[in-house]
Amino acid sequence: MKAVVYVTLKKGISDPQGNAVKEALNSLGYKEVDKVRIGKIIELELEDIKREEAESKIKEMCEKLLANTVMEKYSFEILEG
Amino acid sequence: MKFGVVVFPGSNCDIDCYKVLSNVLKKDVDYIWHDTENIEEYDVIILPGGFSYGDYLRCGAIARFSKIMDSVVKHANKGKLVIGICNGFQILTEVGLLPGALIRNNNLKFICKTVPIRIENNTTPFTLNYKEGQVINIPIAHGEGNYFIDEEGLAELEKNNQIVFRYCSKEGLIDDKSNPNGSVNSIAGICNKAGNVLGMMPHPERASEILLGNEDGLALFKSMIDYLERGHFK
Repeated sequence: MKAVVYVTLKKGISDPQGNAVKEALNSLGYKEVDKVRIGKIIELELEDIKREEAESKIKEMCEKLLANTVMEKYSFEILEG
Repeated sequence: MKFGVVVFPGSNCDIDCYKVLSNVLKKDVDYIWHDTENIEEYDVIILPGGFSYGDYLRCGAIARFSKIMDSVVKHANKGKLVIGICNGFQILTEVGLLPGALIRNNNLKFICKTVPIRIENNTTPFTLNYKEGQVINIPIAHGEGNYFIDEEGLAELEKNNQIVFRYCSKEGLIDDKSNPNGSVNSIAGICNKAGNVLGMMPHPERASEILLGNEDGLALFKSMIDYLERGHFK
């Protein structure tokens, strides 16, 4: 079973990395880009367990380690199983 | 009086802290490997700067689950002293002993230079040898030292006098120009409500010997010693 966790900065937290990429895109001519936010994708390969169990475990992993909920939010999807 | 400097895989300012205490101040100090659980013999625990566990995922996020950290939390809850410098500060926020978080510097650069900071609170065990409002010069060296806390948390910090250091100009003024990394309200260091846990991004251990060009940081270590000698603990 595979899951993908997305960790992104909460709204309102400054993202200098995203700003730098936005500037770069603009200077390449992509003037339509107004805002860039950069986050992380974390792929997890899990043993085949029940979907509900996987969901609650992944939520726990996010809260505990994968995201710092002071500044980041997370979401995830389970791809197989 | 015994000091312990925790060594995580990736710590790189542990030796500096150790030498200030052993060579300069002639105190009893040990390195403590991160999987140690019993730290009862120590009065002060220092979480040094560096890149614990490579700072993979987030600064301090993995170190926070080191075996020793449960004992460090207990040590802090007993009222004993804990200081986290740079990566140590990041670990203290991750483990929840201090509020807020450290995010990437506003200008995206890793900044390594000596900056002036102002003593905002000299009533902590770490700052009692400084004067309130005193400006000292201490090196910073970080890529993620931009202190963030929400408005509610910030009001709480202000109310409880938990802001210990702020970045400032040479003259001691707090303004955006003198804020190297974008920290909320120019915050360079904070303590917990009880005042026995301090986190700071600047490196006092790199400024504790004239031989190295600056000893403005030495009074921080001396403050802890004076505080302990008064016999507040044990």
